[in-house]
Amino acid sequence: MTAVNYIQNIPFFSIFLAIFGGIVTPVLGNGKTAQKVNLVIVTVIGILSAVLLVHLWQREESFTFMMGRFPAPWGNELRAGPLEALLALCFCLVMALTLTGGSRFLQKDVLPGKQNLYFTMIYLLLGSMLTLIYTNDIFTAYVFLEINTIAFCAIIMAKGSGESIVATLHYLVICLLGSGLFLIGISLLYSITGHLLMENIQQAILDLVQTGEYAFVFAVVIGMIIIGISVKSAVFPFHFMLVSAHSVATPASSGILSGLVLKSFIFLNIKMFYCVFTIDLIRSLKITNVLFVFGLMGMVVGSISALKERRIKHMLAYSSAAQIGYIYMGLGLGNHEGMVAACFHILAHAITKAMLCICAGGLIEASEGNVGINSLRGAGHRNLVAGIGFTVGGLSMIGIPLTAGFISKLYFATATIYSPQKMVITLLTLAISMILNAMYFIPSAIAIWSPVDKKAKIPKPSRAMQYAIGIFIVLNVVLGIYYAPIIDMIEIGIQLLES
Amino acid sequence: MSNLMTNYYEAAAVILFGIGFMNLLLAKNLIKKFIGLNIMDTAVYLFLAAKGYITARAAPIIAQGTAARVEDYINPVPSGLVLTGIVVSVSVTAFSLALVQRLYKHYGSLDLDEIMKKAKKEEKV
Amino acid sequence: MINEKKEKSKWQHFVDWVNGEEAIERPKKISLQKINKKKLIILIRKYIWSRRKKTALHLIMCTFACMVFIGILLHTVSTLPYFGGSTNPASNEVVERYIESGVEETGASNIVTAMILEYRAFDTFGESCILFLAVICVVMLLKKDAAEETEEEKAFDQEEENVILKKVANILTPLLFLFGCYVILNGHISPGGGFSGGAIMGAGLILYACVNGQKSVQRFFTYKTFLRINVISLLAYGILKGYSFFAGANHLPDVIPKGTGWDLLSGGLILPLNICVGMIVMCTVYGFYALFTKGDI
Repeated sequence: MTAVNYIQNIPFFSIFLAIFGGIVTPVLGNGKTAQKVNLVIVTVIGILSAVLLVHLWQREESFTFMMGRFPAPWGNELRAGPLEALLALCFCLVMALTLTGGSRFLQKDVLPGKQNLYFTMIYLLLGSMLTLIYTNDIFTAYVFLEINTIAFCAIIMAKGSGESIVATLHYLVICLLGSGLFLIGISLLYSITGHLLMENIQQAILDLVQTGEYAFVFAVVIGMIIIGISVKSAVFPFHFMLVSAHSVATPASSGILSGLVLKSFIFLNIKMFYCVFTIDLIRSLKITNVLFVFGLMGMVVGSISALKERRIKHMLAYSSAAQIGYIYMGLGLGNHEGMVAACFHILAHAITKAMLCICAGGLIEASEGNVGINSLRGAGHRNLVAGIGFTVGGLSMIGIPLTAGFISKLYFATATIYSPQKMVITLLTLAISMILNAMYFIPSAIAIWSPVDKKAKIPKPSRAMQYAIGIFIVLNVVLGIYYAPIIDMIEIGIQLLES
Repeated sequence: MSNLMTNYYEAAAVILFGIGFMNLLLAKNLIKKFIGLNIMDTAVYLFLAAKGYITARAAPIIAQGTAARVEDYINPVPSGLVLTGIVVSVSVTAFSLALVQRLYKHYGSLDLDEIMKKAKKEEKV
Repeated sequence: MINEKKEKSKWQHFVDWVNGEEAIERPKKISLQKINKKKLIILIRKYIWSRRKKTALHLIMCTFACMVFIGILLHTVSTLPYFGGSTNPASNEVVERYIESGVEETGASNIVTAMILEYRAFDTFGESCILFLAVICVVMLLKKDAAEETEEEKAFDQEEENVILKKVANILTPLLFLFGCYVILNGHISPGGGFSGGAIMGAGLILYACVNGQKSVQRFFTYKTFLRINVISLLAYGILKGYSFFAGANHLPDVIPKGTGWDLLSGGLILPLNICVGMIVMCTVYGFYALFTKGDI
């Protein structure tokens, strides 16, 4: 009998812990208990991921974990490296903080009898996101993509109003279209390779490329899978579903949507690049160029739409669309540095946008539920922490030094050096987009800080929200100053994915 | 073309997929839209099931008292995938139809355009 | 007031925009050019771009896109490996091991069951979770909050008046349950398993509810029992499978007896797992029916 290596069991434990939490919650009584238990479990998973991250980062290694007694081509597998552990840690952290910060809105927006069911969805969403990060099997990825879709739709519609259900419907249709394309892609892939595990598919693909067999099928497969996942992650022409879902959901849900859910799809895309199709092939088929173009368009169109918007939640949603554009631009650069910058931006945007959503919820609450930016005048004085959080988040989105957003933009800019033909246009779009960001964030920041002598009776901001936003601000600044170890982790993670 | 005649199951599956896709894009009635989505999924399962079939071989349930030889049975993997997939699509369909029912109770219509109009009016109020 | 607003300077516009009172585009500002533009738009709408033409164009574009899509897929299909061929890429070492050592390694002679509950069990666990998730979502959406019932909902509580239908259904219900149990219990040695058996049992429950009214089902199957059965079955599934994943991955000795092949008590964990799945599916199927019709279980 061999000794059990508990570190290697961490991915498995985290996924099962999240799913078990979801199963038990419906019989757990009211929403408040459910929330407390949720906070504990998410924290535990976060700590486990941190341990895994430190362990893997120091040793610079990754491992695969058999789900069951059967090795690679026969059974399911999980795979973990520093990048995966880092993302899991970030997801748990952001989720715990967002739910804590948004707890009061949650209690107001969701019917009391259904609050514990809301937490069931949160758990299963977390479980599915962790699985999407760790899995090494494309069919498992499909099943958990669907879990992700349904769980997230349930979180949007938890408010129960008519418009939230219409928004859910839109989101659902687009998402299911994406997963339908993904499903037919993997069926075609299975019929030409005969495998479902990523490593074995990659081996088979390399053989096929050498013999030149099934070249057309192969191109169709890559197209279907990449388009399917990209559609789900709200890349440029599909960002409108994000906007409607974002604006009607309760603040915690919208923070989780643009902060985490879309990021898990993007990471699945990265995983497909490295573990299934190999990055050289993606580059030689010019898939990266397509993603690059859509990323750039998303950056500009998203920012311009945000500029035209007068409702704060819609503005944040369009800004999310623009930031997704940044990430796809990084992927589209097609080099190692661009990938690192994209991964860093995933983290930076997750932290910043989740904070912005919570702060926007706080500011709206302090203005008697009005969502227009003009009616938020002076809201920063009424809810000080939310105002500060919104300002810091805005600065980070613009890319002011000392914030996380600056570092990712810096790395995007340096990454362009390695792909000279895309350099000019990338730098130009980055500059334009930064100016546009500034143009819509600064006026709203001025609006919330401009003094008014309106004495309205507003609820005092809850302490949980203040703590959550405080931690978010600290995290943002820490990520903006001590970014070197994070970049190091991402670089090692990507190298390990590549090998 | 002759290849299409050999792969007629897959060709039928692909055409069904297209029909479902078109329904999803064009149907105004929400129930038809989601049934279109279901047809899309089902088409993929037909495709997978066809890919698992091997001429003149039995279903993969090993007969008692015989040696299990791979030459006697069809490929079990696609059948398993289809089983999993069917359950997934049942859940998705149930969820989306529940959404539709809720919308119908709220707006009294199944037409997407009409619902959007009513939702916009509601938002203004 | 209105005059003042009309004569706002550019700086004033800028200040308003910064204050968030005005969007950057100003559609309300009326000038000669705008009027011409409006007329032009009306003209275009009238003669070139009517709403009917717009929908027609939408239709044509969508049809075209779908045709292109189908065309690409058909071309793909024509280059795929042949249907029914025995040397397809999919018949590889994976299939070989599943079939040739499946009975020995899992104890189940139905290889599909062995595959979904032993070799690739994680997918199936996800699948049970998605069923659970879907039924919880439907509960969130459709479960009534108020106690009073509408006329339409009361109709589902009434007994069927047709005597023949009632008698036959009452005979059929236990048979359906029996058949469902048979399918579940023999899932590892014959076609069937938890999903199909559970669906049959759920159908039995629905038949019973249709004929005797949903009130009569509520005597023994309330929302609480529904939730408990679902949670306990899924939890048992998760724990059993979690243990087998943990033991398998860490190479712990296998303590669960496999039994001899083709026996009812064989297949290790497959039989209890099938029972759990069957329970979940039964509850889910009936739950869907009850929630969609009456809005309550």
